[in-house]
Amino acid sequence: MTAPVYNFAYLDEQTKRMIRRAILKAIAIPGYQVPFASREMPMPYGWGTGGVQVTAAILGPQDVLKVIDQGSDDTTNAVSIRKFFTRTAGVRTTTATLEATVIQTRHRVPEAALSADQVLVYQVPIPEPLRFLEPRETETRRMHALSEYGLMHVKLYEDIARHGHIATAYAYPVQVASRYVMDPSPIPKFDNPKLSNCPALQLFGAGREKRIYAIPPYTRVTSLDFDDHPFEPYRHDASCELCAATDSYLDEVITDDQGNRMFVCSDTDYCEHRRALGHGPIAATQKEPADG
Amino acid sequence: MSAPAFGMAFASQAAFRALMECLSRPGEIRTLEGVGAPPPMAPATAALVRSLADYESPIWLDPAFAAAPAIAEWIKFHTGAPIVAAPDKAAFALVADSLAMPTFLKFAQGSEEYPDRSTTIIVQVERFAGPALTLQGPGIETTRDFAAAPLPADFAQRLRDNREMFPRGVDLVFVTGQAIAALPRSVRIVEER
Repeated sequence: MTAPVYNFAYLDEQTKRMIRRAILKAIAIPGYQVPFASREMPMPYGWGTGGVQVTAAILGPQDVLKVIDQGSDDTTNAVSIRKFFTRTAGVRTTTATLEATVIQTRHRVPEAALSADQVLVYQVPIPEPLRFLEPRETETRRMHALSEYGLMHVKLYEDIARHGHIATAYAYPVQVASRYVMDPSPIPKFDNPKLSNCPALQLFGAGREKRIYAIPPYTRVTSLDFDDHPFEPYRHDASCELCAATDSYLDEVITDDQGNRMFVCSDTDYCEHRRALGHGPIAATQKEPADG
Repeated sequence: MSAPAFGMAFASQAAFRALMECLSRPGEIRTLEGVGAPPPMAPATAALVRSLADYESPIWLDPAFAAAPAIAEWIKFHTGAPIVAAPDKAAFALVADSLAMPTFLKFAQGSEEYPDRSTTIIVQVERFAGPALTLQGPGIETTRDFAAAPLPADFAQRLRDNREMFPRGVDLVFVTGQAIAALPRSVRIVEER
């Protein structure tokens, strides 16, 4: 072999140990952001370096890896990370949610229910939910120490005062096991309920910000809200035009420059699986006729 | 220059993954492939130490481990981890005599700002049997029973006090031969038998 030889899953063993120790603390303290010595990876920050490092630290030769980017297995980020681990770890990859043992995700939770022998690894850009409200790390750390989360409620209240409802649509803050307020990464708030009581372990890696955090299986995760403005997951009022699903999170796709658009499942595996089972597109007559 | 031993990468990963699963599901028992080490170190303890310890993670040895000089030598040779005399300076504490284990407060508890700067205690026990504790908490769907022996008579109270400190506190790993179970600081005791 003439190509450079890497250690299994790219990272050296000392780096893996450091990340593994951080992961164990993160599991023991659900929702708490454990600092770790994030390494430079052969891809830029923002391309999932945190998630990649977590995946590399937990991955074994028997694992089956799935990578999704906004629900899709086929976008650049997902394809290149899948290739990266095929090359550096030689693990089997899949696009089928049910077949995977490790799923790395950018900004979505798969539609299919996860099981106890799966691990979901999230790529996280800004792990600190309070960062845009309080820029000082010393202060946000103190706020977490004291469970002082009033500022977050003020932010949600200001949403209501301005828009009449909580306008935060993604990266909607959650509280884990009644203690730490946590950023669920920029998943749509539609996905928030899936975080709670999930049988699978959920790990979060932020490469640039050097933080790892976790939600153990079967942990109660609540989305912050008010008694008179309860949390509501948002979904486009439509069904998927490819598989007719009415329960999945939908992407709005612009189809031409005449203002035509279609809604399709954001989770490509879910959509393909449904179509394979014979769920067809909704009848053409139900669709709005295109102009001209 | 010789290439790094590939086998070690896989063995480390397997041991870590078993512990990750155990910590995610408090009280659940898993077996892992142990590694040979001088007595009284159990094969699973040795696998965890080799998987997780290095020069960045000071180790404290209980008197039973410290009495066997081969243990400190084995740890230094295989991991490079410094052996510390003060338990509150340790990232990992190894306990061979479970009945005589020091109270948790002797170990690093972390701070309110950095609760992760705490000790993980690896305790060797004879068996996963005996009076059961019924547990609840993150990682447990309803409740789960956990038993290990021998343990100090006031072990349940120590665990309760540890939970009171949350998010500060210690995390516990129990080892018999090739099997491990873990009790992270997040577990609560709902019943004691």
